[in-house]
Amino acid sequence: MISNLIAGLSLGSIYAIIALGYTMVYGIAKMLNFAHGDVIMVGGYMCFCATFYLGWPPAMGILLAIIVCTLLGVVIERLAYKPLRRAPALAVLITAIGVSYFLQNAALLIWTANPKTFTSVVGSGSVKIGGLQITHVTIVTILVCVIIMAVLVWFTSKTKMGTAMRAVSEDKDAAQLMGINVNTTISVTFAIGSGLAAVAGVLMLSAYPMLVPTTGSMPGIKAFTAAVFGGIGSIPGALLGGILLGIIEIFSKAYISQELSDAIVFAVLIIVLLVKPAGLLGKQIREKV
Amino acid sequence: MKKTLSVLLAGAMLAGALAGCGNGGNGAGSTDESNPNAFKIGGTGPLTGTSAIYGNAVKNGAELAVEEINAEGGIQFDLKIEDDEGDPEKAANCYNKLKDWGMQLSLVSVTSKPAEAISVNHYDDRIFGLTPSASSVAVTEGKDNVYQMCFIDPDQGTTAADYIADNNLGSKIAVIYKNDDVYSTGIYETFVEEAEVKGLEVVSVTTFTDATSNDFSVQLNDAKNNGADLVFLPMYYQPASLILNQAKTMNFDISFIGVDGMDGILTLENFDTSLAEGVMLLTPFNPSSDDERTQNFVQKYEEKYGETPNQFAADAYDCVYAYKQALEAAGATPDMSAEELCDLMIQEFPQMTFSGLTGTNATWDASTGRVSKTPTGVVIQDGAYVGL
Repeated sequence: MISNLIAGLSLGSIYAIIALGYTMVYGIAKMLNFAHGDVIMVGGYMCFCATFYLGWPPAMGILLAIIVCTLLGVVIERLAYKPLRRAPALAVLITAIGVSYFLQNAALLIWTANPKTFTSVVGSGSVKIGGLQITHVTIVTILVCVIIMAVLVWFTSKTKMGTAMRAVSEDKDAAQLMGINVNTTISVTFAIGSGLAAVAGVLMLSAYPMLVPTTGSMPGIKAFTAAVFGGIGSIPGALLGGILLGIIEIFSKAYISQELSDAIVFAVLIIVLLVKPAGLLGKQIREKV
Repeated sequence: MKKTLSVLLAGAMLAGALAGCGNGGNGAGSTDESNPNAFKIGGTGPLTGTSAIYGNAVKNGAELAVEEINAEGGIQFDLKIEDDEGDPEKAANCYNKLKDWGMQLSLVSVTSKPAEAISVNHYDDRIFGLTPSASSVAVTEGKDNVYQMCFIDPDQGTTAADYIADNNLGSKIAVIYKNDDVYSTGIYETFVEEAEVKGLEVVSVTTFTDATSNDFSVQLNDAKNNGADLVFLPMYYQPASLILNQAKTMNFDISFIGVDGMDGILTLENFDTSLAEGVMLLTPFNPSSDDERTQNFVQKYEEKYGETPNQFAADAYDCVYAYKQALEAAGATPDMSAEELCDLMIQEFPQMTFSGLTGTNATWDASTGRVSKTPTGVVIQDGAYVGL
């Protein structure tokens, strides 16, 4: 029972850290960046290349992954999303799916499909508390999640840039009239979101060390679900949604059915959305008529 | 500015897409363009994609055999392997391309699903097929002209159960299998049947799918809580490597036994081979065997491709030599049509006894196209296979 809870917690913490990036970008730019999962994959490959091929220490690998992903996020935003700023949401969504496939295929070309085994950046050890065993990766992931969440909440509510972000998210045109540079603000959002994706990628691969070009896609979808579950756009909601999703998945696998675990996860999501359409911690925004 | 950027991006995407195709094309092995005195052997396999390791092994193994045979000066072969990315629909396209090229004999496909798809075309078009590694039953079922060089999946389940029982490797067995995969489920089903016959107790059966192939804590906990002393992993090596890794982080010290899909785990880039220490697997091919032909093959393969050949490479190598033996016995000539060759091969294969790298005195059953040979058990020690 408790060992399953811990397994759920470690899976959930991975979903949570990916969901933070999703929700950040959605909360500000109001667009679903389906390429987020693939930025995670790129981050994973960067860290892998730095540590395995170049022999750099893990910390340098993470740093490289963060830098490359941040730049990649900004470039993707500039090239693929910015020209569509005035286009219908559907066009942006399809573009995001296109970018996702582009990144996967580019990775296939560069790194080939041969799977690579990722070396955990925090070692493979575990801590024993009572009769329970918690891996280092889980502890680090949860800590990092909480820290990132706290910093993001502080950043969006207290700093000047954060205020600008909230203004852009509420009304782009009004924000522009108030002298906020909307394009820069959205670029910064993407930079932060993609930097987080790099961290998420490294931690995810430390827990589940199989690296292929499609590594990011499934966890990306699950994390998106987690973000919706917790209330998309809400930063603490992403953390809550991720952890709950992981726990529900592991519990339904352990006690109900392994075949149906995903179906159960999504059934729970539907029920939650029926009761609380904005997600667990989502803001209910009344449409002004 | 905006326009230039979008044109650039579109160009980059196009280049990416084209480069993808180009790679597939270049990757296709083709020796000796248009030699009229050579038999044209075609085949499809995943040269890119998640199973690329198998496709490339088959391509390399077959290429090596063709080179050796062509150098002898007798029968000549012309080989072409097209990239199907492990996808049945792409395999059908590849098959049509090979037919246009004039394929006379076929290696069908490397993996099961594409092979199942195009074996039907082989039957309809009367092109003889001998697949090195597509092991599901449906590949040969109902087709008199499609044969296998590898064991069929159900056989592997039976053999594994027999092997465990006969060698007392364990009595309480846990099985983790992938239930959205024909290969894995096929082996699992016959394993459970045979385990019952042999008095093995299967204490835990758990599953996973493509979408849930990250976390195995539930499955391993189930095995642990039910007191299993051996975990049977009828699956390919990618999920298996994650299971081994997770078992280690959980401090779950138990023996694992795999089937031929486990072959390849040691060549996984950056894989900590100590995780696989003591893992047993049943494979028809052991590269560290003392057999002279195997030694010779392994040495040449390592020189040419820079890695130790796996079972798939050996199977493909054997396929080409089996064709050579059958063609010589039947007195076939390269000017014969695919249909004429097909009839000759259908006569020849069930009669002949073939000794290759993946088993001595192998025979084929005319009604099913299946091969009969004995697998060997190996155990991984210090990052290499050692005979059990």
